[in-house]
Amino acid sequence: MAAPETSTAAVPTLYTYNTLRNAFGGVLSFFILLLIGVMAFSIRLFSVIKYESVIHEFDPYFNYRVTQFLAKNGIYEFWNWFDDRTWYPLGRVIGGTVYPGLTLTAGTIWWLLNSLNIPLSVETVCVFTAPIFSAFASWATYLLTKEVKGTGAGLTAAALLAMVPSYISRSVAGSYDNEAVAIFALIFTFYLYIKTLNTGSLFYATLNSIAYFYMVCSWGGYTFIINLIPMHVLLCIVTGRFSSRLYIAYAPLVVLGTLLAALVPVVGFNAVMTSEHFASFLVFIIIHVVAFVYYIKGILSPKMFKVAVTLVVSVGLAVCCAVIAVLIALVASSPTKGWSGRSLSLLDPTYASKYIPIIASVSEHQPPTWPSYFMDINVLAFLVPAGIIACFLPLSDASSFVVLYIATSVYFSGVMVRLMLVLAPAACITSGIALSQAFDVFTGSIKFQLTGASSNTEVDAAETSSSTAESQTDAVKTEKPEETAKNRPSRKSKKKEREHGEKPSTKAKAEKKRLLALPLESSVISLLLLVLLGAFYVVHCVWAAAEAYSAPSIVLTSRSHDGLHVFDDFREAYAWLRHNTDVDDKVASWWDYGYQTTAMANRTVIVDNNTWNNTHIATVGTAMSSPERAAWEIFHSLDVKYVLVVFGGLVGYPSDDINKFLWMVRIGGGVFPHIKEPDYLRDGQYRIDSQATPTMLNCLMYKLSYYRFVETDGKGFDRVRQTEIGKKYFKLTHFEEAFTTHHWMVRIYKLKPPKNRIRGKTKKSKSKTSSTTSSPKRSGTKKKNPWQ
Amino acid sequence: MEAWIRARVTLALTLFALLFFVSRSSPPRQFVISNAERRIDLSSHIINVHLTLKVENTGTRPASEVVLALTPTEVDHLAMVDALAIKGKQKKTTSVRLEVKPTELPDAPPIDAKYFTIYLADPLNSGESTTLEVLYVFMHFLEPFPAEIAQSESQLVFYHDTALILSPYHIKQQTTFIKTPSTKVESFIRVEPTNRVGTEIKYGPYEDCPPYTISPIHVHFENNSPFAVVEELVQEIEISHWGNIQVTEHYTLVHAGARHKGVFSRVDYQSRQFSNGASSFRYLLARLPARVHSVYYRDEIGNISSSHLRTNSLKSELEIEPRYPLFGGWKATFVIGYGLPLQDFLFESSDDKRYLNFTFGCPLIGMVVDKLTIKVVLPEGSTDPSPVVPFPVEHRLEAKYSSLDVIGRTVVVLEKKNFVPMHNSHFQVYYTFNPIFMLAEPLMLASAFFMFFVACVAYIHIDLSIRK
Repeated sequence: MAAPETSTAAVPTLYTYNTLRNAFGGVLSFFILLLIGVMAFSIRLFSVIKYESVIHEFDPYFNYRVTQFLAKNGIYEFWNWFDDRTWYPLGRVIGGTVYPGLTLTAGTIWWLLNSLNIPLSVETVCVFTAPIFSAFASWATYLLTKEVKGTGAGLTAAALLAMVPSYISRSVAGSYDNEAVAIFALIFTFYLYIKTLNTGSLFYATLNSIAYFYMVCSWGGYTFIINLIPMHVLLCIVTGRFSSRLYIAYAPLVVLGTLLAALVPVVGFNAVMTSEHFASFLVFIIIHVVAFVYYIKGILSPKMFKVAVTLVVSVGLAVCCAVIAVLIALVASSPTKGWSGRSLSLLDPTYASKYIPIIASVSEHQPPTWPSYFMDINVLAFLVPAGIIACFLPLSDASSFVVLYIATSVYFSGVMVRLMLVLAPAACITSGIALSQAFDVFTGSIKFQLTGASSNTEVDAAETSSSTAESQTDAVKTEKPEETAKNRPSRKSKKKEREHGEKPSTKAKAEKKRLLALPLESSVISLLLLVLLGAFYVVHCVWAAAEAYSAPSIVLTSRSHDGLHVFDDFREAYAWLRHNTDVDDKVASWWDYGYQTTAMANRTVIVDNNTWNNTHIATVGTAMSSPERAAWEIFHSLDVKYVLVVFGGLVGYPSDDINKFLWMVRIGGGVFPHIKEPDYLRDGQYRIDSQATPTMLNCLMYKLSYYRFVETDGKGFDRVRQTEIGKKYFKLTHFEEAFTTHHWMVRIYKLKPPKNRIRGKTKKSKSKTSSTTSSPKRSGTKKKNPWQ
Repeated sequence: MEAWIRARVTLALTLFALLFFVSRSSPPRQFVISNAERRIDLSSHIINVHLTLKVENTGTRPASEVVLALTPTEVDHLAMVDALAIKGKQKKTTSVRLEVKPTELPDAPPIDAKYFTIYLADPLNSGESTTLEVLYVFMHFLEPFPAEIAQSESQLVFYHDTALILSPYHIKQQTTFIKTPSTKVESFIRVEPTNRVGTEIKYGPYEDCPPYTISPIHVHFENNSPFAVVEELVQEIEISHWGNIQVTEHYTLVHAGARHKGVFSRVDYQSRQFSNGASSFRYLLARLPARVHSVYYRDEIGNISSSHLRTNSLKSELEIEPRYPLFGGWKATFVIGYGLPLQDFLFESSDDKRYLNFTFGCPLIGMVVDKLTIKVVLPEGSTDPSPVVPFPVEHRLEAKYSSLDVIGRTVVVLEKKNFVPMHNSHFQVYYTFNPIFMLAEPLMLASAFFMFFVACVAYIHIDLSIRK
């Protein structure tokens, strides 16, 4: 390295030395960032290596299907797409009800690659979209944190975010969901906001609106941005930090951002009509008032200003009260107070479980448990408080934003597991700041102690002449690479020092350093402990990525003494449906499997994971909880030909339909009151053994799940519920088994055709003719179906 | 109207031909078949008919064209016909493959029939005789009856034929043996003398049958062999001169036997394997070339985990299992892909050309393919492609773009309908290729990156600010 040579040179070369250092620092940060990106990408490939390159879970299958459509038919067809394969017979307007960001992103990547004659399938592009965007997200984190606390904190935060388990859980290869790109968009929007706030540049403000637009395209979580930024603006105003930069950062965002947001079909006029956006408009008014007041204050004399204030306040208050009253009346007149169900359940965590079982039934809408915090953000949970403290030293506009961000996201993550994802970047940023500051302090004090030990007297002398102090500290710095290489192999700490070295070493600084200096031993030990903490975090993240979050959940594996078992039953069933049923057949199942059925089996479903129509879902829930004949009638009226149930009792797959059954009852009963939850419970307990209620044992779900189950082992022992089933031998009268997969995990039943009508017993002789007349009638009723 | 014109033209042509042939005396009448033996193997859904004919020239001059007759239904299901001439006595026999071509016969036969002509290697002199062995292979020829069966039933099929061989010649003596897969034969039509022993039914011997005599028979018997049919197979062979041949095969598999009806019960299928779903099948075996690598087996929704690959130095066997057992009428699609070392299949010919030598066929053993398409993707920049296939196929050229292609790759597309395993043979595709094209893409990439870096350097050094 050239560093020792330059250090021996005289003072005039100091300038070149520093530029060289900066250049080195820049190149090094660039490569570190590149490596962080590579790491963020590759840590998410465990799912491809351990399983296969396949789309995961439920929602990604829908996104994948939409992307396929986009790739095949182009953007205009996509906007106008009316999907008749789902929500039969209602259908769904996909173009107007989907957040198109993810789909358009992947579609664009695919189109770009194909126009370069790199023939990748849509599936491959979809699988790798999430890892690519995690790399982008970690770079965005670097930018954001750099704006807040400098390069060192930025790199630390980027490295932390690249492997935070919470984010990995939503962005492993194959997890092709909105969050995959939305987190990048979220962080990038925040970065541009902070950047605008720091620079006051209208250029960045415009970029910020565009980034916000991308976020609106990508995820419903954009409301978080449009509430958090106004909150921060308000905070700045209240704490007397109003500046023209703040105005530039906020006003264009609201105007341009709202206009752009209204362009997205799924948002449309919601961008100005729903309560989620009111806060931003209110703050928009306030910031103008404040700006106006500052302006008036500037042109008026203090005395005149006081008069004006009293005048305006008295008039303004009256007007404001009137306006607010009208607004409140307007909002209160709507039943949900203008808030969507999901947002309401954020404000009032008990709202969903009280009123909307369909939101409460989704596992990712449940509040998280304490272990899940440790699982998802691990040691960051302990570093966050330190980070918050570091943000206050000193408090700037940008760091106050980070504090606000972490505070709100902690609250939201406490309401819904899913929003842990919003917490993760905030936790990474604050922890990055904490770690970086800690390293700063420790390495600084080690440096100070070492110089103190080697030349104690010189330091005293240095205080008198600043030039010697400069060369002194420089000399120390040049010695340090060897030192650090010995003590701390962590590149974060090295990075930190480099960043530290960039700052001009002044006398004041030396002064300050001495005040903050810690004993040498304790600094070294603390550093080691911090490195250990980081190492623990890395180990945990790799473990989480490899073991916990990589399963695609459509193919399951289990390890036993005789090797690896693969349970590929879902795809077996979907492939069977795809190839061996008529292309227009309707398949009824609980809504969880709707997206997969349309995407993998290409068959029309009654309900799917886009739970927009509660009644329709309740109808299916009612059918599943009804006795066979009633269920048959419901399904027949919906033109259903096949009923699909998921059954884990044979192999012990716990998330099967019997375990979800109470939600079907609840949701069904919410709309059709003749389904009563207590009928299915024995003394408040949900059971399927011989103690179960007759309603339970006679409902369709029970029968379809356990039909001929007893013949497998002679007892009918359910491995999930760990009990023998209550009713073992029964026949199906209105359904027949059409297909059961190898491990019985998916069972498909066919509705029997309706029986021929016999017109009374006296006309028995004419039964033959009646049968011939009834069959055209049947086909006639089928023809009436507009979807065929 | 058009049909009428066509009929008139045909009539005119026929009349002309008739006049022409009458002047030469029609060739078929020259021969007499002194002995005919037919062995029909019905053990699978591919029907092999071995016909041994002893042909005697009773005409006055040498003749070399022997005509075979088949009914139109047989021709529709005929996958291949092959003829061998047997020479020598008893054990020292040698066989010579003869050319067989479909022909039209000028004289109106008493029954509807189609004809194939065997061209003998050397003309048969008057009074001489020779022995011919003819192999017919039929597919989709067994008719399931009943057409729909439940899971526990076994599959019964009809075989329709005639007890007397349809021939334009006089046959002095003939015998037909029909071999059924099991002893379970529901019914068969007797044409005395008829004899049934074990799995074999013997019709004949019949003496002195005049030309064009038939005697329809059918055999109704149990055949539980898997009626696995590949409806369409698209095989793509991509040659890379960097040392690899990538083969991708897209299958549409169907069970062409009696359709499955009603319930499919997994518990019955799992607990009573033999009595349940006897005609269904689960496993398929593919024989791949030796030194195969990176084999995959998947379908449109992902990897199919039930497969085993066994390799040794001579061959590789891939045992695959579709996602679900196939019952009558059920379908499945899947893709098999694998890589092969280039040097095993690509050679240089003497005239400075390169040629690919590959198997024309379906790697799945014993599989009938309704439509087989082979696409040979030649490397970018190769010219003058010419395929050499031992039997007639349709062929055309296409272009394909992959991995940064600019001018596209030439694709030789070969199509064959009604493919049976007996067709398996090697084919060649000759082309010229200049190795300089191999460097095109790396150079392109390198220059693109170079340009990018140059642009970066330029950007750093350019100052576009208006104010200084």
